[in-house]
Amino acid sequence: MEGRIVIVGAGTAGMEAAGQLARSGFLVTLIEKETTTGGHVKNWYHLFPDRRDSSEVISYLDARINHENITLLTGKTVDRIENNHGSFLVSTNDGSDIKADAIVLSTGFDLFRSERKEEYGYGIYDNVITSADLEKMFRKGEIKKHNEETPEKIGIVHCVGSRDEKVGNLYCSKLCCVTAVKQAMEIKEYISNAKVFCFYMDMRMGGAHYEELYRESQEKYGINYIRGKVSEVSENINNKLVIKVEDTLAGRPLKMELDMLVLMAGMEMSDGAENIAESAGLTIGENHFFSPVDNHFGSNKGNMEGIFYAGTCTAPMNITETISHARSSVLEVIGYMNKDVR
Amino acid sequence: MENFGFTLLKERHIDFDANDRSIAGYISDHEPSFRLCIECGCCSATCTTGNFTPFSLRELLILLKRGENDKVREEIRKCMLCGKCTLVCPRGVNTRNVVMLAREAFRKQMNYAV
Repeated sequence: MEGRIVIVGAGTAGMEAAGQLARSGFLVTLIEKETTTGGHVKNWYHLFPDRRDSSEVISYLDARINHENITLLTGKTVDRIENNHGSFLVSTNDGSDIKADAIVLSTGFDLFRSERKEEYGYGIYDNVITSADLEKMFRKGEIKKHNEETPEKIGIVHCVGSRDEKVGNLYCSKLCCVTAVKQAMEIKEYISNAKVFCFYMDMRMGGAHYEELYRESQEKYGINYIRGKVSEVSENINNKLVIKVEDTLAGRPLKMELDMLVLMAGMEMSDGAENIAESAGLTIGENHFFSPVDNHFGSNKGNMEGIFYAGTCTAPMNITETISHARSSVLEVIGYMNKDVR
Repeated sequence: MENFGFTLLKERHIDFDANDRSIAGYISDHEPSFRLCIECGCCSATCTTGNFTPFSLRELLILLKRGENDKVREEIRKCMLCGKCTLVCPRGVNTRNVVMLAREAFRKQMNYAV
């Protein structure tokens, strides 16, 4: 088979799709805006639900793109996509134009910038951190407060930037609940006498083995779950964080002092992808992600022939789903190239 | 299988079928965001009244939906209409207007000023 495919974004989806397409005989140009490949996965320490080290996923993906048919361009962003009757011209920020017969957009997601939820005090109070910050601490091997003390009472806030009209995101990011459960357990492993409290609106444990992980967190780790959305965070004179929340199941307001608060940042459409959508005339959904042509039968297809989507640029997905979605995008590309409708 | 029965003490249960839920209907018609509540409790956590007296706006909203009007009538006077609940609601429920409309509905439909 012949044909030139441009893939935008070398995270999990892009690398998987590139590997599959290269092995199917296509010439692939894989463009990545960062200087390294691997996307968000490399910033995570252990993955749910089985606590696999993320470096294993990175090794797998690196092996996928180690192929003579793949040209990797890092540190480049896509400025514009031009479509001339099914022949694409992809312009990058360094002024080069790459010809393509089909395009796979695997632009992924950005983590919700928690500063935007100002009432939670991220960027204001030293000991309010995000789920991503905590992963860095796990990787480093120690969880410390800003003053280098070990925190003993830690709160976790679910749905930061998700299911929240005030920040314009109505959707559920789907993975933060299980991330909270996983991180709560890991905190206990680092700090055995820590008390961990998860503040949730709904526990969305829909994925494979999620519910079992939730149960294990209660049974073996003693994680506490309090049903209520945190409304405000403040700091008292002893430098402790004070949170305001209603314990909705007890029906009374609850006040708690904490040493550290972890915000479960949700997933948003990446900034770069929004620019691409605008320049190429691609449809964006109410959730601001790319809107595929059909939710059931065309979740990889863009509203323009020859443009395909892979992974979290269409909706929040875990790694398993991302890899599956990337693989199905490859089938769509092969079908399109074979039809030669260009 | 043991028969545990369906008998409930009248005072204990919410009689969903018998309760008059017209107040909730009136509110939904005039303030459709009323339907969007997911009982997260953000409103109650930030509520001025709730911090000083036994009052939960979240509970008030669910009692309205269940037609537990006697309880609502007792409780709804406590709200001072400061509107902080509306500012924090992640679902964009105009909670302040819900309270105003509930009072209006009680007055119009039940001739009962609250």
